[in-house]
Amino acid sequence: MPLGVVYFSSVSGNTHRFVGELDVPAQRIPLRARDEHLSVTEPYVLVVPTYGGGSGAGAVPKQVIRFLNDPANRALVRGVIGAGNTNFGAHYAVAGDIVAAKCRVPHLYRFELFGTPEDVRRVRDGLDTL
Amino acid sequence: MEKLKLIDRVNAINWNRVPDEKDLEVWNRLTSNFWLPEKVPLSNDVQSWARLSDAERTLTMRVFTGLTLLDTIQGTVGAVSLIPDALTPHEEAVYTNIAFMESVHARSYSSIFSTLASTQAIDEAFTWSEENEALQRKASIVLEYYHGDDPLKRKVASTLLESFLFYSGFFLPMHFSSRAQLTNTADLIRLIIRDEAVHGYYIGYKFQRGLERVDQAKRDEIKDYTFDLLFELYDNECKYTADLYDNVGLTEDVKTFLHYNANKALMNLGYEGMFPADTAKVDPAILSALSPNADENHDFFSGSGSSYVIGKAVATEDEDWEF
Repeated sequence: MPLGVVYFSSVSGNTHRFVGELDVPAQRIPLRARDEHLSVTEPYVLVVPTYGGGSGAGAVPKQVIRFLNDPANRALVRGVIGAGNTNFGAHYAVAGDIVAAKCRVPHLYRFELFGTPEDVRRVRDGLDTL
Repeated sequence: MEKLKLIDRVNAINWNRVPDEKDLEVWNRLTSNFWLPEKVPLSNDVQSWARLSDAERTLTMRVFTGLTLLDTIQGTVGAVSLIPDALTPHEEAVYTNIAFMESVHARSYSSIFSTLASTQAIDEAFTWSEENEALQRKASIVLEYYHGDDPLKRKVASTLLESFLFYSGFFLPMHFSSRAQLTNTADLIRLIIRDEAVHGYYIGYKFQRGLERVDQAKRDEIKDYTFDLLFELYDNECKYTADLYDNVGLTEDVKTFLHYNANKALMNLGYEGMFPADTAKVDPAILSALSPNADENHDFFSGSGSSYVIGKAVATEDEDWEF
């Protein structure tokens, strides 16, 4: 049984599309503050995108911070996968770095946009080994 | 003379009611990324410039005049042509920001020129770009669609320009940067690359929203059109690349970079990449010039991740973390 994933995806849906290809149990962090809070009960890998450069402040989506501020959710994260675009330079998938450091778990993998078929295969195989 | 197309009716824009939250998010991203070329100490590259070969210097000038042409098109025609098609006033405002930044980019190449080269060399490079067939053809293909009457096709052309057509040029400063040459120029180009990435992402996103509003037959037509246009541009891009890079033996490396970026341009439009993975494997030195986070050691799952170490704590200014 592979580890499931919890992910955030904006209305553009790139990360949602990547996770859909993985074919593993997946839960989406709600987009809007008024949506019901997500509480998880099983260990998971977090998939978090970074949207475009800047100073690095605000790189982690507020919704992800809110989700991780729940100690029960935080206790179950086993690793992070970052999404983004190499064109953002040092900020490529930097939200993944920040969450990995804060939660003291490995940043397992990075992919661009909605990932290539190779990214999907490597991540799916990788989740099986965890 | 064709009739000037402008929006008929304008309502005062209310940023407190934003129907598409992506408009506000991208507006905030673009305005916080704002920069000017004066911020980059280009004059620190003068010595490095003097150590380049004549062929490398000529190549650099030609590459940058080509990029100047694309940014000029995008600033004065491309981004502006998208405004009448916008679905919300906020989308219109984002395009005005994109248009202005393209003019800043076009301005930046002249800052590089005037720092590094003589007036005569600059004029010669501009003359070359005006006479280079492949470069002029790339401009005219894109302009044709900007003047056409299909909003979705305009967005495809715009996204391919932002996310694909620049990269035959962007390759060179990344190549130099990987060899510690012209590093300040590379810093400036990285700012442009960052902006173009947000532009391509946003225009591609708006394209996908537009596609949701048309029937399947139209979607099929647009998909065929997109791949046809990409093939046409790619074919031309290969000629342009050879014109520029054959002298220094880099043509094949640039083509790999083109494949990689063509795939990403298609992804911005919501399509799968077209070039097989093994033809799009960019030299790791070029990738790490683009992003220091892009190297293989960050793949924890593969054997190459054996050197992986959990990073030091990263400073974050997000105030609302509670742990």
